[in-house]
Amino acid sequence: MLAPVAALAQQIDRPQAPVLEKPPALKLPVIDRGSLPNGVTLQLVQQHELPLVQVTLVIAGGVKLDAAQPGLASFTTRMLTEGAGTRDANALQGELAFLGAQLFAMAGTDAFTVSLNVPKRSLADALDLLADVVLHPTFRSADVRRQRDLRLASILQRRDNANILAALAFNQIVFPEGHPYHRPADGDSATTAALDSTSVRRFYDQTFVPERAKFVVVGDVTAPEMRTLLSRRFSGWTRGATARTMAAVTAKPVDNASVKIFLVDKPGAAQSVLYLGAPGAERLSPDYPALMVMNTLLGGSFSSRLNANLRETKGYTYGISSRFTWAPLPGPFVISSGVRTGVTDSALVEIFKELALLRDVAVDATELERAKAYVALGVPQRLETNAQVAAQLVDLGAYGLPLTSLGDFVAKAGQVTAADVQRVARQRVPAGTATLVVVGDVAKIRAGIEALNLGTITVLDARHIAR
Amino acid sequence: MPDPSYYLWMRHFLASFALAVTPVFAVAQGAPLRVVATVDTLPNGLTLVIHEDHSVPIVTANVWFHVGSGDEKPGRTGFAHLFEHLMFMGSQNALYPQFDRLLEAAGANNNGSTTEDRTNYYEDGPSTALPLMLWLEADRMGWLLPPMDKPKVDLQRDVVQNERRQSYENQPYGLVNDYLPRLLYPAGHPYSWPVIGSMADLSAATLEDVKAFFRRYYAPNNATFVVAGDVKPDDVRALVRKYFSDIPRGPAIDRPAPAPFSVKDTAIVLEDRVQLPRLYLSWHTVRGWHADDAALEMAAYVLAGSRTSRLTQALVYTGEMATNVSAYQDGKRLDGDFSVVTTARPGRDLDTLRTVIDAELARLASAGPTTRELGEARNAIEASFLRGIQQVAGKADRLNAYYYQTGNPDSFQADLDRYNAVTAADVQRVVRQYLRTSRVMASVVPQGKLELAARKAVTP
Repeated sequence: MLAPVAALAQQIDRPQAPVLEKPPALKLPVIDRGSLPNGVTLQLVQQHELPLVQVTLVIAGGVKLDAAQPGLASFTTRMLTEGAGTRDANALQGELAFLGAQLFAMAGTDAFTVSLNVPKRSLADALDLLADVVLHPTFRSADVRRQRDLRLASILQRRDNANILAALAFNQIVFPEGHPYHRPADGDSATTAALDSTSVRRFYDQTFVPERAKFVVVGDVTAPEMRTLLSRRFSGWTRGATARTMAAVTAKPVDNASVKIFLVDKPGAAQSVLYLGAPGAERLSPDYPALMVMNTLLGGSFSSRLNANLRETKGYTYGISSRFTWAPLPGPFVISSGVRTGVTDSALVEIFKELALLRDVAVDATELERAKAYVALGVPQRLETNAQVAAQLVDLGAYGLPLTSLGDFVAKAGQVTAADVQRVARQRVPAGTATLVVVGDVAKIRAGIEALNLGTITVLDARHIAR
Repeated sequence: MPDPSYYLWMRHFLASFALAVTPVFAVAQGAPLRVVATVDTLPNGLTLVIHEDHSVPIVTANVWFHVGSGDEKPGRTGFAHLFEHLMFMGSQNALYPQFDRLLEAAGANNNGSTTEDRTNYYEDGPSTALPLMLWLEADRMGWLLPPMDKPKVDLQRDVVQNERRQSYENQPYGLVNDYLPRLLYPAGHPYSWPVIGSMADLSAATLEDVKAFFRRYYAPNNATFVVAGDVKPDDVRALVRKYFSDIPRGPAIDRPAPAPFSVKDTAIVLEDRVQLPRLYLSWHTVRGWHADDAALEMAAYVLAGSRTSRLTQALVYTGEMATNVSAYQDGKRLDGDFSVVTTARPGRDLDTLRTVIDAELARLASAGPTTRELGEARNAIEASFLRGIQQVAGKADRLNAYYYQTGNPDSFQADLDRYNAVTAADVQRVVRQYLRTSRVMASVVPQGKLELAARKAVTP
């Protein structure tokens, strides 16, 4: 029991929020480096608090390599864990469960990652499985067919979900045919139906190549130890087939001259899902810290302008947010929300009002400092677990940035000015040039949207968007 | 156990939930799992739990009020969650919208969520932001009502009704969640309505309701506070004493146990704008920490917890008739239920899936799981549960949960021991006892496709 201290209670200056000490300086983990005899590099961060190891194999490539058959990259990656070496999928998953290990393979836009998370005591055994999955996937026809049918069913279900429809439509419009973001990473029903063991094997041979690979390891292990463990399993991994390359992306995202509106009908919908945006920005732009601060105060935090207005003042929505999709090939800038059907037009009025305000009027010092602090002080929370540290290394590595760039980011975010925010808002936040997708009950919302005279209106068919 | 149908009603949606990779950690073999925590109680009844973790310079403050949708009055379903939203609408010394603004300016995040049994609130941020977190929590625990008014209630009512639209009405299959609680639990039972409540009841809530609810449930003696992270316990105690000591104790709360009941076999069919039909089967089981709760969770794992689990194999892989299947035991504070949910592949009807599920339940009831199945279930349950406590925020919420459930926040090993003690015979027995009996069956089918519904309504 704590002693009652009556006098103390009276000393509190309760009306005043406490003055906080200066936040602790950012402390970054130290990276050890090495390489395997076949040239595959290794970055390692030691974390000895828990007997755990996170091993991430990164292979440059990813979804952008499957332009000829959309969905092939993500499907091939999915098939890695459907049987490898002497084990079928059941034996593989059973063995992983027995070791207390988790193994995931994913195709990102610019890289494949195969991640293993395992207790230290099972590390060697689990690395055998990782090596099998990466080097000896079986791609049996029966397994390919079964996973293909499951994927076809999930493609069909895209039509049920207004958020998925809105995102698919938005990308199809903003990124033209020929741009890697035009089509869904998981493909469509036609490209998926064409998947077979031969096409998967060929794609794998041309993309899972050692000259594009690196290991990122975080956990209870040293670099020499890890180098020995990995060399034993991956040294025989040598160059085989000619690696597949991507033709330079010539298709440019669409910059509208005026607002373009696309409606997708969802009869009886209780809400309209809004996707409003434009082509995004380069991650390596010197404006990156300013863009992050600008986005934070527009729609990247709870007390951001969009959320404060549309949720907290007007009560139109459960939430509205905005974001840049950062990738080596820049993704879009998007504002998204689900709003009550009856206020779809009013919500759009408020969104465009906020966009204009951000572009036309300099932000005041209090709001600016809050956004800067929120952006800068959130960095340590992204470095708490082994997986988070590994994810940071993988993410920064995609741009050739060192871990110390996090410290530079914190410093630069602190220097962003109101003029910077206004400048990047004018460059990147669309007002008169936005692409707007609305998935909702068209019969109920169309007249209201037309009356706003925002721009041209086109109605799209959900069956075509999710085909 | 992860529960795929479980939606946490929270103040705002967190995009950061979409983390791609969740790692496991395991304890050194043989050593008990400990999350060392101290427990103190203030004279006004507030319980303070402190856990030190100096690995990263961050802190989390996590408060549980022991009130949830199960405490709501008839005609006011959804009120506990609506109230959760109102806790962010400003208090006497931190007027709206200072709560969020001050925390963001200190680099901290915050949120809250409501279940049938409890409401939680938490802040995560740099360790130096702790005094602000405590000051804000104290101000709304003690002085929420002075600035509270009808416009604030009206506004958050709109927000919550939007949340309901987003999560039920505009979600494929979402409407089934309106039906399952009242079919599974008898009228008047605290779990017989959904946490989000009905639109009509949300519309009926008044400012007077808000005041009465606050005075009854939002008192220090009905709350527990966990502080975890890079902190010095004596500093935390001093701060908590400083900010919370003069909040007066509230009334004692009496919760009568719900009367025993049995479920009536029920089958319903709902039409929705979906491409594929989905089947929901639910049984009345037992509360969390009941002697049979862990065995039911193990049964859920053996049925649908992994690639090699029985229903996953029979429905998704060998049978190729479903796209997915999940099973879970949901042991709440007073009572519990068990569900199996599966979605048919194109061209398949739900009665075919239902037949396979019944056959697999019969098989598990007659022979029990194998040693291998049991071992895998144990490892997987341990791993999934450890994954939740790698970060201080997860540990803090667990400490609060265990304190509420067992009276001891560091019940991590005791919880694991429950699963380690389950035998094959236990699993066989609970399947026979709870899952071979009357149940609620809901078929959600594409509009106009009633013929795809499961037909057999009675207990097999």
